[in-house]
Amino acid sequence: MPDWYEITVIELLTQSPLLTALAALVSLSAIFGAVLGYASIKFKIEGNPLVEQVDALLPQTQCGQCGFPGCKPYAESIINGDAINKCPPGGQGTIDAIANLLDVPAPSLDEEHGEESEVRTVAYIREDECIGCTKCIVACPVDAILGAAKLMHTVIADECTGCDLCVEPCPVDCIDMLPIASTMIDWHWQTPEPAESLLIASDRRGEVAA
Amino acid sequence: MNSSLGHKASKQTPQTKQSDRSSGFTSDRVSNNADAIAQVIEVREVREIHDFHGGIHPPENKRQSTAAPIRDLPLPDQLILPLSQHIGVPAQAIVEVGEQVLKGQLIAEAFGPVSAAVHAPTSGVVTDINEYLIPHSSGMSALCIVIKPDGEERWISHSGCNDFRDELPQTLLKRIRDAGIAGMGGAGFPSAIKLHPQQKIDTLIINAAECEPYITADDMLMREHAEEIITGIQILAHILGEPASVLIGIEDNKPEAWDALSAQLHNSNVHTNIELIEIPTKYPSGGEKQLIEILTGTQVPSGKLPAELGIVCLNVGTAFAIKQAVCEGIPLISRITTVTGKACAQAGNYRVLIGTPVSHVLSETGVDEAQCSRLVMGGPMMGFTLPDTAVPLIKTTNCILAPDQSELPTNDFAQACIRCGLCAEACPASLLPQQLYWYARSQNHERLEAHNLFDCIECGACSYVCPSNIPLVQYYRASKGEIRQHEKDKIVADRARQRFETHQQRIEKEAQEKIARREARRAAALAKQNASTENVSGSTLESSSENSSGNASENSSDNLNTNESDTNSGQSDLVKAAMARLQSTQTSPEQQRQKLERALSAAQSKLQRYEAQLANADSTDDPRTADQNNTLLAKIEGARLQYQDINTRLDALPAQQGPSEGDV
Repeated sequence: MPDWYEITVIELLTQSPLLTALAALVSLSAIFGAVLGYASIKFKIEGNPLVEQVDALLPQTQCGQCGFPGCKPYAESIINGDAINKCPPGGQGTIDAIANLLDVPAPSLDEEHGEESEVRTVAYIREDECIGCTKCIVACPVDAILGAAKLMHTVIADECTGCDLCVEPCPVDCIDMLPIASTMIDWHWQTPEPAESLLIASDRRGEVAA
Repeated sequence: MNSSLGHKASKQTPQTKQSDRSSGFTSDRVSNNADAIAQVIEVREVREIHDFHGGIHPPENKRQSTAAPIRDLPLPDQLILPLSQHIGVPAQAIVEVGEQVLKGQLIAEAFGPVSAAVHAPTSGVVTDINEYLIPHSSGMSALCIVIKPDGEERWISHSGCNDFRDELPQTLLKRIRDAGIAGMGGAGFPSAIKLHPQQKIDTLIINAAECEPYITADDMLMREHAEEIITGIQILAHILGEPASVLIGIEDNKPEAWDALSAQLHNSNVHTNIELIEIPTKYPSGGEKQLIEILTGTQVPSGKLPAELGIVCLNVGTAFAIKQAVCEGIPLISRITTVTGKACAQAGNYRVLIGTPVSHVLSETGVDEAQCSRLVMGGPMMGFTLPDTAVPLIKTTNCILAPDQSELPTNDFAQACIRCGLCAEACPASLLPQQLYWYARSQNHERLEAHNLFDCIECGACSYVCPSNIPLVQYYRASKGEIRQHEKDKIVADRARQRFETHQQRIEKEAQEKIARREARRAAALAKQNASTENVSGSTLESSSENSSGNASENSSDNLNTNESDTNSGQSDLVKAAMARLQSTQTSPEQQRQKLERALSAAQSKLQRYEAQLANADSTDDPRTADQNNTLLAKIEGARLQYQDINTRLDALPAQQGPSEGDV
């Protein structure tokens, strides 16, 4: 009886190609299914990696001009279909980079959220006038203001992102946004005017059209 | 090998060859040193020289400045010494305004390892330490020490070592560092660092190529100071532990300098393994990596330093400065600078003090500034246009070029790229300048880096050959700057992100703690209520006595303690702590009053300021828009309301005294 059974199964497999193929495919799919199942548990990625990538392109000023409380929430919103042109500190460069990443057309900056500024600024507290109310400390998104209640506050200039969120809460208006002076270390050559921008010969000679 | 290369070079540039090689070149050499010629041939036969990719042969224009010997310039009215004449950290001034300094005195010391000291080029008085325009393509100002010479040229006491071979390399390195020597070829890297490599050095290369058109400073230096240069090279070899080969690479357009050096080398008193190697004239053979490839056949890989291959390369001018520093104790206070160009009446090489204003050099050498199309510091290929003639000459200034309109026309307008590919043929770094140009225009930083933009030596060969006059190098410089800026911004942004995340975490944690505290407070209040109902008589007694005793907060906390000791029920520590916190946060009426008064004065001053602003706007008839005026009015109204609010609260405060006590 067992002999007969063994012979039949083996014969069945060897003599019927259909069954052989079926058995091979089933076993293969079972193996790959197990591998994939294991991998999906073992190498599971927390969160959406695309959010991280968009967040990396945002300027991290945490200014909230986009209407979100920080760059990460805006990055999440972009992934959920929000417009990518709401970031004035990043400007056109950031919009282009995000458009490139997400493979969508790059719109120009939405002026409703603010204008792109060439000059970077840093907050400066006029320390004589500071009353030590700590309101700016609470407002600072990157903890760049140092101070305590009834003690003078000061800004850690290196950590300040220039978001100007501290200016509004100050009851005595002692915070200024100062432009960062360019130094020799920051200086670099400017890209020359492209040749095609001066199409007409008289433009090139610097003549003024009548 | 050499002859074939020379032949190739001469075929490529007939005008190059005939312009600088004198017809009696070979016979001169024979007559100068009869037996040297045999050894010369021997040297030329043993050393195989190589070629590098690309390169150009621009008109040399070197003869204008080699006719006269090196001349001295009279003392200028003032010397402006920038604290940063080298690559690295600026030096730190150690003199004060009004101080008398002697020639050669240290006035600013090196700060950190990558830095170079500055010395007084002549005796005089320090008149100012302030921001002055410096020779930099940015046209920016930087900290400088200004010395007014007294004309006496009084030296500070200085001495060199008798025989450098007896000295330890460390001692010599210290001398070089103390003398403030930075690479004289143009980049200005502090030499002491280059001479202290981590690796074993087997090849020392002395760069005497001076490939850039117009410049002849090294040429004249070699003609007149061959002995010092050879000694300098021996010092360098001694410091580097006698490398197996010491090579001087010199372009074949400097036969007089070649003669002077070879005569010195074959002098019977000099025992050395220095090899003098003539290389075909081609720009930019004087680039460090190019010269290394010509002389050794090795390419320095991208992103690596020559020292990692056991090679150190120094300029011939640096060797001279090192000899002076080591053997005579003379710091780097002067250098040879070529002043040339058609607008210059007395073109030639001048021994100038570091810090001499360019305007002084121009007036002393008869430069007609009206004729001069632009003033260039450095050569025509790699130099930069000076923003102002008030800038000083610095340690790296090898040339001041005063060309007229015909020499360096300023009206070369860029046209569209026709994709001819000449730039790729000319590039000595084997890059693809055209690709880089397109990527630079589209600001595609990723592709730029993939195409090795940072291997570009900015030699200007691509711009030179470009038939459309595209300022390619400027595109590369701008792109390099942008990429570096981008990297810096990224570091800052990453830090800001990290700080924002920790900030958010902290806020969250605080909110949770607040909830926990509230829970604890509720539990405490509940416990207190239970306690008061359990021990009614005791608690009422306590509270009445407390009411009469005063309103200090310490009393109320005492009250709490008594309450607790009275009840003595098993309250948890958490609740106790919560109650203590509750007590301490409760401010006394005095404190409240003080706080309100402060707020009142702040609101008052705010109100006054706004009103003053409004009055100012009214009085000056400032053409403000109605909008701005309205905001100001609204601000005043807000401040007034705030003021009134604080005032009423302040008035109500004494009345609150009773109930607030009762609350406790």
